[in-house]
Amino acid sequence: MALHFELVTPAKLVRSEEVHMVVVPGAEGEFGVLEGHAPFMSTIKDGAVQVYKTAGAAPESIEVKGGFAEVGDKGLTVLAEHVED
Amino acid sequence: MASLKELKDRIKSVKSTQKITKAKQMVAAAKLRKAQAAAEAARPFAERLASVMASLSTKVSGDSAPKLLAGTGSDQRHLLVVVNTDKGLCGGLNANIVKEAKKQAKALEAAGKKVTFYLVGRKGRAPIKRDYADQIDKHFDTSEVRNPGYEQAEQIADDLVKLFEEGKFDVASLVFPVFKSALAQDPVTQQLIPVPSPEESVASESVVEYEPDEEAILEELLPRYVRTQLFGALLEREASEHGASMTAMDNATRNAGELIDKLTIQYNRSRQAAITTELIEIIAGAEAL
Repeated sequence: MALHFELVTPAKLVRSEEVHMVVVPGAEGEFGVLEGHAPFMSTIKDGAVQVYKTAGAAPESIEVKGGFAEVGDKGLTVLAEHVED
Repeated sequence: MASLKELKDRIKSVKSTQKITKAKQMVAAAKLRKAQAAAEAARPFAERLASVMASLSTKVSGDSAPKLLAGTGSDQRHLLVVVNTDKGLCGGLNANIVKEAKKQAKALEAAGKKVTFYLVGRKGRAPIKRDYADQIDKHFDTSEVRNPGYEQAEQIADDLVKLFEEGKFDVASLVFPVFKSALAQDPVTQQLIPVPSPEESVASESVVEYEPDEEAILEELLPRYVRTQLFGALLEREASEHGASMTAMDNATRNAGELIDKLTIQYNRSRQAAITTELIEIIAGAEAL
């Protein structure tokens, strides 16, 4: 019951971990991704990706700029050009 | 035969040269490790982007395909983006890159195409200018930044996309060195614009939802893809430069060492000869008395 989340920039693989849920700032609105999400692809707008490690935990935000998110069998992959930790 | 003093000075100068080459070799070795790590770290992004591109470009085809993917419909005007290093002292690396670029240019010109150059890095400027003085479109300087990174790749890519959209060229190819090992860096030519459609079309069985639609995503993705390609080329260039420099400097250090040995022997011989002559003179003088 975990979602595999990867955050990748051109310079490096920033995150690769199992999380509960991730909220992504999609170009047409924010969307949350849980485990078992249908295959989905969206561009993202500049903003914060919120990572929920467990169900009730406070989210960790990561500022991203320019890129897109892909949900597939392997989980969620966010490709961002710039990331601010 | 050179005098003793001359020999001594010669040895001293070769020794200081050796010190410099040795230092440069060690610096290059340290930097090479870093550049290799950077190139490795950049791989996941490029791989994922390529796989997304592959699955998208099979879905978007025909008239709706963006210009960056479909091209202008003509292939008369070629732009060669040549990535050279900024610093020398790296053996034949830059000469090889320039050779490859000129080979491509000749082949294209023989086929009746028009060729222009877009140069990245300082060391390619002079040798290409010699043959194609009025065909150099632009020169992008990366020498001011210590570690050319994604930002520079972004600037170059945006520049290229702008030129493409203004209709300045039809096809752009990237000439850059690929780092194989410290001993081998082969320059390769790769088509950059229009973005070549990936060969392996992975037919995904699942229905993927797109937001916004496929074309819009592809439109956003293509410039990014060009940037990533350039970023990869810059990283390869860094690794190649340091690899080539390490090898070249290793050779130079060894050559200097050999030269020093040879000069030292010569120096000792002349010294011995001088002493012997002196002794003979003294003995001859004593005998004469």
